[in-house]
Amino acid sequence: MDDRAIETPVSRAEPSQAGRSSLRQWFERLLPFASLLVLFILLSIVSPYFLTVTNLSSVARQSAVINILALGMTLIMVSGGIDLSVGSVMAFSGICGTMVLQSGAPLYASVAGAMLAGAAWGLLNSLLITVLRVSPFIATLGTMGAARGLTLVVTNGMPVVNLPESFGGLGDGNIFRIVPVPLAVLVVLALLTGFILQYTRLGRYAYAIGSNVEAARYSGIPVRRYVGALYVFGGALAGLGGMIESSRLMTGQPTAGQGYELSVIAAVVIGGGSLSGGEGSVIGTMTGAFFVGLISNGSNLLGVSPFWQQVLIGAVIVAAVAFDEFRKRRRAVA
Amino acid sequence: MVETTLSPAQTVSPPLLLEMRKIEKAYEGVQVLKGARLAVAQGEIHGLVGENGAGKSTLVKILAGEVARDGGEITWLGRAAAVESRKEAQELGVSMIHQELNLAPHLTVAENIFLGHEPTRGGLIDRAREISETVALLSNLGFDLDARAPVRRLGLAQRQLVEIARAVARATRIVIMDEPSSSLSTREVEELFGVVRQLKERGTAVVFVTHRLEELSEVADRVTVLRDGETVHEGPMPRREFAELIRAMVGRELRDFFPPRASSAGGAALEVRDLSRRKDAESRDFQNVSLRVCHGEIVGIAGLVGAGRTELAEAIFGVKPADHGKVLMDGKDVTIRSPEDAIRCGMALLTEDRKHTGLSLNLNVAQNITLANLTAVVRKHVVDLREEERVGQGFLERLRIRAPSARQKVGRLSGGNQQKVVLAKWLFRQARVFIFDEPTRGVDVGAKAEIYRLMKQLVESGAAILMVSSELPEILGMTNRVYVMRDGRLAKELVTAETTPEEILRYATLGEPETMH
Repeated sequence: MDDRAIETPVSRAEPSQAGRSSLRQWFERLLPFASLLVLFILLSIVSPYFLTVTNLSSVARQSAVINILALGMTLIMVSGGIDLSVGSVMAFSGICGTMVLQSGAPLYASVAGAMLAGAAWGLLNSLLITVLRVSPFIATLGTMGAARGLTLVVTNGMPVVNLPESFGGLGDGNIFRIVPVPLAVLVVLALLTGFILQYTRLGRYAYAIGSNVEAARYSGIPVRRYVGALYVFGGALAGLGGMIESSRLMTGQPTAGQGYELSVIAAVVIGGGSLSGGEGSVIGTMTGAFFVGLISNGSNLLGVSPFWQQVLIGAVIVAAVAFDEFRKRRRAVA
Repeated sequence: MVETTLSPAQTVSPPLLLEMRKIEKAYEGVQVLKGARLAVAQGEIHGLVGENGAGKSTLVKILAGEVARDGGEITWLGRAAAVESRKEAQELGVSMIHQELNLAPHLTVAENIFLGHEPTRGGLIDRAREISETVALLSNLGFDLDARAPVRRLGLAQRQLVEIARAVARATRIVIMDEPSSSLSTREVEELFGVVRQLKERGTAVVFVTHRLEELSEVADRVTVLRDGETVHEGPMPRREFAELIRAMVGRELRDFFPPRASSAGGAALEVRDLSRRKDAESRDFQNVSLRVCHGEIVGIAGLVGAGRTELAEAIFGVKPADHGKVLMDGKDVTIRSPEDAIRCGMALLTEDRKHTGLSLNLNVAQNITLANLTAVVRKHVVDLREEERVGQGFLERLRIRAPSARQKVGRLSGGNQQKVVLAKWLFRQARVFIFDEPTRGVDVGAKAEIYRLMKQLVESGAAILMVSSELPEILGMTNRVYVMRDGRLAKELVTAETTPEEILRYATLGEPETMH
């Protein structure tokens, strides 16, 4: 697969008309990555603990779960939707998966179970949206509460414990002793998602539906079916994320993933995704997720209070979106 | 080359209100205006014509302070004026009616008209005065609109009237109308012209940007022609003979605007029997519609805006299916419950509203072309991007779509080129029955002729075309037969070669019960 697979979002692939503006477009396109790089270098200079294997691997593990959820969210947001239930669904699926594991089933079966549970919530979301025509924001706000509530009902608020020792490998293990397993999973999923966006009907129709749902319908695209597939995919990824998170904690936590929906949406938006659809890319989303991860890691290392971290991340989100809007406005002339 | 009658020194009897000279503007390195000139006298109705991409909209946006010019001067009543912001333009007395409507759908007619200029009393909005002034304004203009109606309940044409009333309410020296008539029916255009004349009587100048020369000739005093960002002609508006203007616009003679009529008609490609659709408890969008389109034939549907033509086209295509009646293709019964069904049967719909239902503006040319037939460029579940680009490039050449490459986003193309992209989409889907809903709306003269030529080629290859159009010359020039629609019913079927514009209009406006069978 060539690098365009995850690199070129449809909306960015426009030919430039003059050398100078082309240069500027490149600069704008590279800005998120450049910011990530600058932040990385800055942190390596100011903190002696930053550039260590232990710390970096911890950043990777922490960011991976958010990142995996954000991949699904990218597809959904490209199609003009949103999924607020992603954190709750992650917790629900994590509980389902760990309960399967607790009953003595093998790891792969429990992961499959968790992904199936997540996919089921995705299906429910898409049915609410396409059949009952509830707006994605409201529909998933509803399932966000419902999934969290059901998780607490099922567990009675207690975590799922006594999981087999080997389960920890999913979240805390390394491949070749150095690559964290969650990071490896993330890379595989990112390649998959990028491929879907760039090279499959599902991806193309996601852009088409997000760009203009009416034109998509008039072109004979079965909109409901494809929207359904996107939410199911997002749900399944949330299920997988739930298992990785559970493995890191070695428990199934009914309160896991609280507030994750905001970090996930932030990652997509910082990466160039738009709440109005039609835009977004895997590479952008990953940049966004790692950016958020580095800010929180850097703050920890530098002793910035977690309260201030939230303020900082909020400011970064607003700045990223404001910059993007500014860029679009200037381009929208003619 | 082309002879033009550029006469900047020509004397205009009333004093000049405005003069724009040597206006330059480039967007991202593309020179849109190269020394354009526009001079408007006080109280004059001035036509600004030119092909799409000629720079008309940019020029008037500069005048309205919406776009900053790169160079050139603007003189207002003999004195240099900066006009660098909307506010400045408004203070001079310039107001603009946009091609795309700028209304807040959830606000009422009155609220929209006074948006940003609400009458206040003690710091609060004076709703009573807002309503009463709107009612006065509307009756003054002769517009049949409810001041309290939310704009979202109005049709496109009525929204246009709101937009016009809003500009007039700002009591200005110049009203710019950018393609105001493109969504209006013949009768509404007449009303609009009444308003334009009224403005003139009040001493307000009107700059009228349009493609429709016949209409312009009814109201305009003078005309300026732009071509490729330059003013190539200015002078009095001719009343009848437009050859010179058209030549100035396109830089070539358009002798045969319409290709010769297709002659041979084969068997029935599309047949509709007794189609009806309920709108609400009492009324119907259309009823008892029966029609037939043969292979190799272009059949027109004429009628006023609101006669149910678009509704009929969308019902046949399955967007909102009919609740009674039959559709047959090549003599066989087909069930069409969605556009998917229609497309599978070989049908294509080119909608009247390209931006909302025809194109995905965020996608590029090639991606739009393959949208209805992505399967054709998918190999083993993977979209072959190279093949897709080849397809796009092929259509760019075949349909002469003016775009730098197949990877250009369609949002950046002109109306005519966008329409060709939509056509390419359906050609790539290998549709055989085409429904064109206002095929040349917002399309410039040169591209119009090309679209007509493409339609002709289609029917020559055995395709069938059903064409909904509000432009009588188009109906008369292109079709073999025409159905005239009125109030949701087909009032009359006419053979185009044996009819006249007057006859079509008569059936469209009055019907004629005694001649109906």
